[in-house]
Amino acid sequence: MTDDKNKILDDVTGGEYKYGFYSDIEMDYIPKGLNEDVVRLISEKKNEPEFMLEFRLKAYRQWKKMKMPDWPHLKIPEIDFDDIIYYAAPKKKPELKSLDEVDPELKATFDKLGIPLDEQKVLAGVAVDAVMDSVSVKTTFKETLAEKGIIFCSISEAIQEYPDLVKKYLGSVVSYADNYFAALNSAVFSDGSFVYIPKGVRCPMELSTYFRINAINTGQFERTLIVADDDSYVSYLEGCTAPQRDENQLHAAIVEIVVMERAEVKYSTVQNWYPGDKEGKGGIYNFVTKRALCKGDYSKISWTQVETGSAITWKYPSCVLKGDHSVGEFYSVAVTNNYQQADTGTKMIHLGKNTRSLIVSKGVSAGKSQNSYRGLVKVAKKASNARNFSQCDSLLLGDRCGAHTFPYIDAHNNSAIVEHEATTSKIGEDQIFYCNQRGISTEDAVGLIVNGYVKDVINQLPMEFAVEAQKLLQISLEGSVG
Amino acid sequence: MSVTKRIEEVKENYKELFEENRKLIERHSPDVINNVRNECFESFDLKGIPDDRDEDYKYTNIQPFLKGSFDFSFVHTDTDSQLEDFFKCEVTALETYSVFVINGWYSAKNKVAESLPDGVFFGSLKEGAIKYPEIFEKYYNKAARFERDGFTALNGMFAQDGVFIYVPDGVVLDKPLQIVNILTGDSDIAAFQRNMVIVEQNSQARILVCDHTLTPSKFVMNSVTEVFAGENAFIEYYNQQNQHNLTTQVAGLFIEQKASSNVLTNNITLHAGIARNNIFYKLNGENAESHLYGLYLSDKNQHVDNFTFIDHAKPNCTSFELFKGVLDDRATGAFTGRVLVREDSQNTNAYQSNNNILLTDLARMSTRPQLEIYADDVKCSHGATVGQLDDEAMFYLRSRGISKEEARVLLMYAFAYEVIDKIKVEALKEQIRELVEKRFRGELDKCDFCVVCAEPSNSLNCF
Repeated sequence: MTDDKNKILDDVTGGEYKYGFYSDIEMDYIPKGLNEDVVRLISEKKNEPEFMLEFRLKAYRQWKKMKMPDWPHLKIPEIDFDDIIYYAAPKKKPELKSLDEVDPELKATFDKLGIPLDEQKVLAGVAVDAVMDSVSVKTTFKETLAEKGIIFCSISEAIQEYPDLVKKYLGSVVSYADNYFAALNSAVFSDGSFVYIPKGVRCPMELSTYFRINAINTGQFERTLIVADDDSYVSYLEGCTAPQRDENQLHAAIVEIVVMERAEVKYSTVQNWYPGDKEGKGGIYNFVTKRALCKGDYSKISWTQVETGSAITWKYPSCVLKGDHSVGEFYSVAVTNNYQQADTGTKMIHLGKNTRSLIVSKGVSAGKSQNSYRGLVKVAKKASNARNFSQCDSLLLGDRCGAHTFPYIDAHNNSAIVEHEATTSKIGEDQIFYCNQRGISTEDAVGLIVNGYVKDVINQLPMEFAVEAQKLLQISLEGSVG
Repeated sequence: MSVTKRIEEVKENYKELFEENRKLIERHSPDVINNVRNECFESFDLKGIPDDRDEDYKYTNIQPFLKGSFDFSFVHTDTDSQLEDFFKCEVTALETYSVFVINGWYSAKNKVAESLPDGVFFGSLKEGAIKYPEIFEKYYNKAARFERDGFTALNGMFAQDGVFIYVPDGVVLDKPLQIVNILTGDSDIAAFQRNMVIVEQNSQARILVCDHTLTPSKFVMNSVTEVFAGENAFIEYYNQQNQHNLTTQVAGLFIEQKASSNVLTNNITLHAGIARNNIFYKLNGENAESHLYGLYLSDKNQHVDNFTFIDHAKPNCTSFELFKGVLDDRATGAFTGRVLVREDSQNTNAYQSNNNILLTDLARMSTRPQLEIYADDVKCSHGATVGQLDDEAMFYLRSRGISKEEARVLLMYAFAYEVIDKIKVEALKEQIRELVEKRFRGELDKCDFCVVCAEPSNSLNCF
């Protein structure tokens, strides 16, 4: 019986990375390494205005002074920042009028990933700003959005066309000096998305960006900025898959969200970058700073993430609840397998009165992986009647993996109610026995139990994403037996 | 005979102090205790005194409280006859074997040895080290994590005396052993105390530790207690802190358990200036069971930080942890509970909970309940809450004609009682229960709480 179980475990957790392929597209590189000249060169190549260059240089100088953080529960191999190419753009930047003109190779890549670039997918109501390595290639549905006054474009484009908006909000949530990787990103970010939803507009479709790391040795430094003006609503999707390769890749992104009065932003992520092979070789290093500022009263931000990929994940989507009555939510599923390491969680910073936050985190670890939840709930002195509830559960599949929980609660106000609950367990043998009895194979039973376990989070995802997320979970874990 | 030293640069000054007085310290201490000074000094040199940049001390920066001019005594001189008076006010309901430790030194006036069961040692650490060198060789400084913590290393450097308890195989002590730690003196005093408790297999001991201050001077107490529980041993360790607001105490409690042993600790902090309790448990044998409880009631500018670490090193062990706190005025509190379940420690059960009530807008609480788990067949849970008194419960009581003040006291008392209820010594439980209630009513004079010394004439007003 035990052997059977182990076999199933091996079969399933040993699944090869499904999206491992590599498309051969000509790239435009700048030399490896990082110094002020490289920062200037990036800015110059992107034809940026003066304020951007200053922003980058300030960030670079700050980064030089900072040290790599050592507090996460992660073993990070030393990263040689001078061995990274900080800018790579597809050489032929196509000026596209129709889908036929898209580079067939690129098109094939997207097709393999199932990115809805073609007509059918357009009918499905998804506008896509696809980022191939660093430069936006194709944007759909722009006109429809433009009618509503919604701006959805690459950040490079936004810097050219809406410099005032960018200048006003860039770095206003995640300052260039926020942390080591934020400073690095601020100095060298190549591209990303920019979204502006004007007052009173409810974005009619899910906005989505697919990131894809493509060129060997190219660090990706995306920068996303979302501004939701008063009374607006937007749901934003971010999803990633990456080709299989041997060398580790660094990825340090920043996502900034500003939510004004009574506006609501829903940000969903499915992350499935190459996690390294079964021996823990290769894989993406994913060091991301994500933060939303609920600036206006009655504003709301909701983060949902499904993290299944990357060799190392270091990511804490946070909510700064500044406006009175603002609401922050965080739903997360983090799955680690083989030698993956994840240190992820959230920060809820209550500044305004009557602010509320909810944290639901589900960790699943298998193989020899380490999965940590790290979260902070802080209630400032003036945040009367702040309310928080956190639920962090860990599920262990296998006896060589680790599941850790590091919550921090700082309450500086006596009317605050802060609650934290966490459990760690393995799949109950009685549950599996129950399923077996009813003719469900052990493999299916585990799939069923894991899916049930993460249901609270998956339910938060938009429909299209929920399907993809469930597929990813199946690839990673379905059938694992503890 | 004492040495006065001005402490400004904490680490440097303590190193100087050690080097200047090393000969004196070592001349008055047995070899087994002197043997560890070097390794502790090296660790201290490396770690220094942690400040709030140290993750373990994030919420408690003790450095500022260590600064100033302090008297250190490296040669024991017993105090005057007052000690005899303390003995008289023993509470009749609770029979104990009790000893006094004054400023870290075991008082020579203690007389308990005669009435103890055969083979049991309950006396001075220094004497114990001379009498049982081989036991000290085996245990002393083995559980204390001097490599991890600067305060523990500092204690190892300077430690000379304290209490040593040895309970041989198969002895069940009829009465609790009580240690009354007193800080007293006209000048500002910094002291080190080192205790060791060894309860061999199949034995049982209950230990009651009371921390007091008698004079309105500034005190800095750095104490380390190592507890070793043999197979099937049963230990209860109650610590009540009742010190005035000028006291800074860093108390390390390091417990190592063998198979099937059962250890309970309950730290009740009724009154303390700056209190930091480092409680480390290592469950180093199968089927061991640990119970950690704590209650802290703070007001004014007090600060209480309970830092606990439970190391499940072997399979089939269970730990229960519950800490509760009520913070009033500008009091601040911190709690860290870390449960480590090592690889292959299967069938571990670990439950951890920390609940807090903030009574004012200025009170603050930081809590970190943490789990670090490397085995899969485990049941671990932790919970933490920070809140205030339940409005509905308050309404319920008010609607039945109970005044607001009375209802408040009742609710706070009910909140705290869960921890008090874990005390297994009936007389002590009753005593603490009364004291906690008084504390909530604002009637508690910090000294009349003492189990031994309930005489109001000895007490000092809270300051």
